[in-house]
Amino acid sequence: MIATRRATLLAAAALPLPALVRAQGTEGPIRIGFPTPLTGAFGTEAQDQVRAAEVAVAEFNESGGLGGRRAELLVRDDRLNPGEAATRTLELIERDRVDFLVGGLSAAVQLAINNVAKERKVLFNSISQSDAINEARDWGPTTFHEALNPHMTAGAVARHALPRFGKRWAFLTADYAYGHEMVRGFQRAGQPLGMETLADIRHPTGATDYSTFLPRIAGLRPDVLCLCNFGRDQQIAVKQAGDFGLKRNVKLVAPVLLYTARLAGGGPAFEGVVGGTSYYWRLEETVPSARAFNDRFRRQHGNRVPSDYGALGYGGVRTVLEAAKAAGGTDTAKVVEAMRALRYDYYKGPQYYRGCDHQSVQSVLVIEAKANTARGEADVFDIVAQEGPEERFLRSCEELGHKA
Amino acid sequence: MVDYPLDLLALQVFAGLALGAVYVLLALGLSLIFGMLGVVNFAHGALFALGAYVGVFLLGTGWNFWAALVAVPLAVGAAGLLVERFLVRPLYGRPVDDPLLLTFGLAYVVVEAIRIVFGKQPEPVETPELLAGAVFIGVGYFPLYRVFLIGVAALVVLALWLLLERTRWGLILRAGARDPTILRVLGVDVGRVWLLVFGLGTGLAGLAGWLAAPLQGAAPEMGVPVLAEAFVVTVVGGMGSLLGAVVAGLLVGVTYSMTSLLAPEMAKVSIFALMAVVLLLRPQGLFGRPGGLMA
Repeated sequence: MIATRRATLLAAAALPLPALVRAQGTEGPIRIGFPTPLTGAFGTEAQDQVRAAEVAVAEFNESGGLGGRRAELLVRDDRLNPGEAATRTLELIERDRVDFLVGGLSAAVQLAINNVAKERKVLFNSISQSDAINEARDWGPTTFHEALNPHMTAGAVARHALPRFGKRWAFLTADYAYGHEMVRGFQRAGQPLGMETLADIRHPTGATDYSTFLPRIAGLRPDVLCLCNFGRDQQIAVKQAGDFGLKRNVKLVAPVLLYTARLAGGGPAFEGVVGGTSYYWRLEETVPSARAFNDRFRRQHGNRVPSDYGALGYGGVRTVLEAAKAAGGTDTAKVVEAMRALRYDYYKGPQYYRGCDHQSVQSVLVIEAKANTARGEADVFDIVAQEGPEERFLRSCEELGHKA
Repeated sequence: MVDYPLDLLALQVFAGLALGAVYVLLALGLSLIFGMLGVVNFAHGALFALGAYVGVFLLGTGWNFWAALVAVPLAVGAAGLLVERFLVRPLYGRPVDDPLLLTFGLAYVVVEAIRIVFGKQPEPVETPELLAGAVFIGVGYFPLYRVFLIGVAALVVLALWLLLERTRWGLILRAGARDPTILRVLGVDVGRVWLLVFGLGTGLAGLAGWLAAPLQGAAPEMGVPVLAEAFVVTVVGGMGSLLGAVVAGLLVGVTYSMTSLLAPEMAKVSIFALMAVVLLLRPQGLFGRPGGLMA
């Protein structure tokens, strides 16, 4: 009785506005699944990814969305575990019916997400470093890679560091895909410049003590100690290498020098460490889009500035949403086409997705950490070099196994 | 096969012993509480992190490292007293997994509280100026702070040994671990003894946390790997054996160190392999006795 009356009322209410009802009934908000390791060794970076992704979603919604359709971010904790990530991704696709996936932090985890996504033909924009995701074997037509890859990052840092700091390099490498790919990137860029690898010592990820890896490195007397690890691993390794007195005659280099690790590690420990990054907030001094993004981030998140990996969360979500706008809907094939056509400058200067592998061609910054300064605790790096957005710094499509 | 110079091997053994000293500090509190009370304290790692954060807090209010070194174990120990009195005590005499589940849950509460109060980002902790930098120890350079930790570990072990073996209170403790009923009949307030033991064990966890902070900074999750390492040391040494905790701590440290030289990617696995071998050959641990009493 009541049910019938409610149905009648609803039907009556719906009558004058059939278009609106249909828009909400069959389409609803644009749902973006966002798996990322909120807990675990990269938790700090992951949380900033979420903050920045929220900025992209808020901007989109405030500007009216896609013809009134709002965007929605569905954040899931993958615990830095490929199995967990695959499960969460599957849930996002099957149960939550997401339109797109953005996220991932860790080479192995993003490949797990990508596997599930490409099988189900869902667009996935990865915001974490990986070489493998570009390769034909792992890549799929719905795979995009907004982050830098190790080949570009390590290449830029090697080309900067080798002529300046010396040819004798020792590597202390986290024993997983990210670490291995970074070492390969350094060695490949370093070979024509005369790099000599004294040792590549692989440590278990998530190690909290590096004192037992360092005596051998000290004994080798390298010019450069390259720390190919990430997150808290990097923060602790830099601190402990300094404790061993290594910084006196050895230059510490990291493929990706993390803003968050520098904050957690402190100024004295990181001073003088050189590394690469996709983004540093002081880019705003020269790049207008960086200024706009930072200001917006500051407003939304209590006046803090975005970190490097955070900014990727913004770039990853914004590109997808802009592409959906351009495509006029969320149909995967159309959005993929729109993504491929993007020539964008959303937060760090010009970027575009390369045709064969959807790798975002973009600049790589080389930065150097400095001691605490009077300009505030966010002023932690100087940008010392920059490699422009050029395809010659990427591996060729043929090498990756893509048909030209 | 690479040839390793003797200097390097010696330095590597030293690095292992220094790391072992850290492990000893980690494991003592866990071992003490299990040995005396039969409680497996799963909150040990969380209290370790709490120790680091109490120190960070004190530093922020103008204290120096040394003053915090005294205050932190007292503060975390006091928290331990409250935990024993109001949470653990009602569970004595119940199956061993009851206090285990309680402390397991408590660990989550403590870590989440740290996240709420201090935020999720790790905090940097500088090495105290007096102990910063590296010193030459005959075979190579080694961080001065780690040499200091060897000394601290030795002092703590000595103090604990004197307390347990050479004082009346220690006598009561050891008797209480063997037969609380008889002790009660003799008119000793066993409840108070257990309270103090729990406070002492948690205080040691806090001390270890603050001592570890200059090595790795403070992070809410910093106790998670520590709990696993402390358990390895306690199991290898024999649950509840003080001597066992010391010997096993050093053994685990040297095992980790030599593996990191010869097969670095195996370093983490090696200590678990060591534990498996010990358990196969001596299920009660190197110095453990059935009943898990302090040696």
